[in-house]
Amino acid sequence: MEKRLMLGNEAVARGLYEAGCEVVSSYPGTPSTEITEFASKYDEIKSEWAPNEKVALEVALGASIAGVRSFCGMKHVGLNVAADPLFTASYSGVNAGLIVAVADDQGMHSSQNEQDSRHYAIAAKIPMLEPADSQECKDYVTEAYSISEQFDTPVLLRLSTRISHTQTETTVGERKALPKREYIKNAAKYVMMPGNAKKKHVVVEERTKKLTAFSETTPLNTIIDNGSRIGVISAGIAYQYAAEALEDKVNYLKLGMLNPLPVELIKNFAADCEKVYVVEELDGVIETHCRCIGVPVIGKELFSNIGELDQVIIREKILGVKPEIKKLDETLPVRPPVLCPGCPHRGVFYVLGKLKVMVSGDIGCYTLGAVAPLNALDTTICMGASISGLHGFNLADENNCKKSVAVIGDSTFIHSGITGLINVVYNATNSVVIIMDNSTTGMTGHQQNPTTGFNIKGDPAAAVSLEKLCESIGIRRVRVVDPMDIQLFESVVKEELEAPEPSVIISRRPCALLKTVKKYPPLRINTDKCKKCKACFKIGCPAIQDSKGTIKIDPTLCVGCRLCVKMCNFTAIEGEAK
Amino acid sequence: MKTNNIMIVGVGGQGSLLASKLIGNVAQQNGLEVKVSEVHGMSQRGGSVVTYVRYGDKVHSPIIAKGEADIILSFELLEAARYTERLKPGGKILTSTQTIDPMPVITGAMEYPDALAEKLKAAGFNLLAVDALSLAEEAGNYKAVNVVMIGVLSCFLDFPMECWEKAIEVCVPPKFLDVNKKAFTIGRVIGGTKLS
Repeated sequence: MEKRLMLGNEAVARGLYEAGCEVVSSYPGTPSTEITEFASKYDEIKSEWAPNEKVALEVALGASIAGVRSFCGMKHVGLNVAADPLFTASYSGVNAGLIVAVADDQGMHSSQNEQDSRHYAIAAKIPMLEPADSQECKDYVTEAYSISEQFDTPVLLRLSTRISHTQTETTVGERKALPKREYIKNAAKYVMMPGNAKKKHVVVEERTKKLTAFSETTPLNTIIDNGSRIGVISAGIAYQYAAEALEDKVNYLKLGMLNPLPVELIKNFAADCEKVYVVEELDGVIETHCRCIGVPVIGKELFSNIGELDQVIIREKILGVKPEIKKLDETLPVRPPVLCPGCPHRGVFYVLGKLKVMVSGDIGCYTLGAVAPLNALDTTICMGASISGLHGFNLADENNCKKSVAVIGDSTFIHSGITGLINVVYNATNSVVIIMDNSTTGMTGHQQNPTTGFNIKGDPAAAVSLEKLCESIGIRRVRVVDPMDIQLFESVVKEELEAPEPSVIISRRPCALLKTVKKYPPLRINTDKCKKCKACFKIGCPAIQDSKGTIKIDPTLCVGCRLCVKMCNFTAIEGEAK
Repeated sequence: MKTNNIMIVGVGGQGSLLASKLIGNVAQQNGLEVKVSEVHGMSQRGGSVVTYVRYGDKVHSPIIAKGEADIILSFELLEAARYTERLKPGGKILTSTQTIDPMPVITGAMEYPDALAEKLKAAGFNLLAVDALSLAEEAGNYKAVNVVMIGVLSCFLDFPMECWEKAIEVCVPPKFLDVNKKAFTIGRVIGGTKLS
């Protein structure tokens, strides 16, 4: 068997392929995105980017009901969007197996919150598996499908940044194609109206009992007995940190099934130990369960429920061993992520900053407009909240309409901005919404979306026209502007702020990182003409730097977008014209 | 073999992904267990980027915590200085002397610290600083800083030259193969002279 270094996400996709999965529908979200990107490379799997996670999960459930194994992947906050179908899919159950992967982001590397998705498994009464490396990512997919079909339930596969984005060795196998399961009309199972759902709830509770019995004996949960009197209960990435830190000094109960958790297995494991630690990131989910079943454990009094753990923290807390550390004694400037050189969003934020308007922000690359020197955003909550939040801001005081805007990307607008915009029209606030259309889903690494005209495989697809969509819901003022033309952009924003009705400004220019976007030779500063006024610094371009009093453009960063040229009153920025 | 911990640090866009792939591939060729932990998403956008490569007989954790790095391989000077507390006692910093101003420096809120390489050495860190940007340009592409530094790194790891050559052929797209082979060789020569 061939062993390959694979990202956890790639291994999940490989698992889908090998387990005979036929339909994958997802919405991108770090750290889950690559599962679906890799899945789309297998011709045997019909893969798609859906407009949002709720749609994606409903698609996957529909495919399962039709009789083929299906999958839906998302980040932790995506599960909030998909929670509605999730909770009732728990009642309806499946026909062919259905897996919902949810990738948590401990440490918030690329997220707006740090929620622990295990609570969803408990609340929706759905079994959850959690792999600890790429091999398990692949193997647990097969196991999850088998649980799904045996117990008639969707199965949650919990991942995290360090599992999804770590490459570890994985043995690959062949695909086992499965015969399609017959679809049989069964309203009592699939029509979740009260009369049917009441009966189904009883079934779900019975199922949880059966799943608990399953979790007592499944090899997903394993004891590693090193003959110690100290026990550690852990799962997923936290298990790897614990195993690294404590080696064979302790016994382990490594849990691969996180919901429902076993009872007797934990009691028996603890019975042989003088002391039992629970090592888990974020909330004390396993710990709470242990206490509920009367097993005393040490957990969150030692380990924070904020951020990531690592082996050094565990070594220190449990063994009392501190690392030998030396640090350079110097205050260093931080290096936060920034809008890329050539980014079309930069012009928008420069203008909005100049006009001093309140900016209701959203989730995407443009969230980076919040940092200095642009300091453009006033709020960022969740996908779509820019538009609905602006409507509320303007309802609270209609004078706000003249000094506030929403900014939202093309993909995010389709995800959940359109419903907010319908509300703006229907409930009539003179809100100004800027759709920053950069022709891609940028932050997650350039996925296609319903506005780009291409599907996940890059083949031509129907494209939603943002202009026509906005017009069709009743927006009469739809303006399309190139954000690099900052003068025009400023005058359009001013006009729309004064308009007596809602309006949409489509700020249209493709992402500078797209391969189809032409890069120009780097610009340079004519030091004879440069007055060092630093007007060009106002746009916050990372390529423009002050090198010991000389203003310079870093040729390794500049893509020649010429936005800075428009900022200079002394024609000191030179380079090949477009 | 005990676990070797290599941290690759730099600025988003400097090619730490390729660098980590090369090390991972070489370790794998030598029958070792490898874990490579990458950064995707928001932090990639010009931010401080950290990639962990760990290899040995048995590797559990994919990350390198405080006091654990055998080598910090850095593509930018400020980033080399940022992660010193991750170094093991006696660990090495191999860094490019290239500097890229972070946003707080661009906005004037802070200054880019002076003479960082000298300060690191004075503080007792085992540091090798190389002008990898010029060397990459010499190889034919300023973007090959990452592979120049991999060439330098190769002198400090016990893997045969053939393994590195093979890794480059496997991991680098054919279009960029020549430049990267050249960059690697230039880096390896520099690393070799500093080793003695």
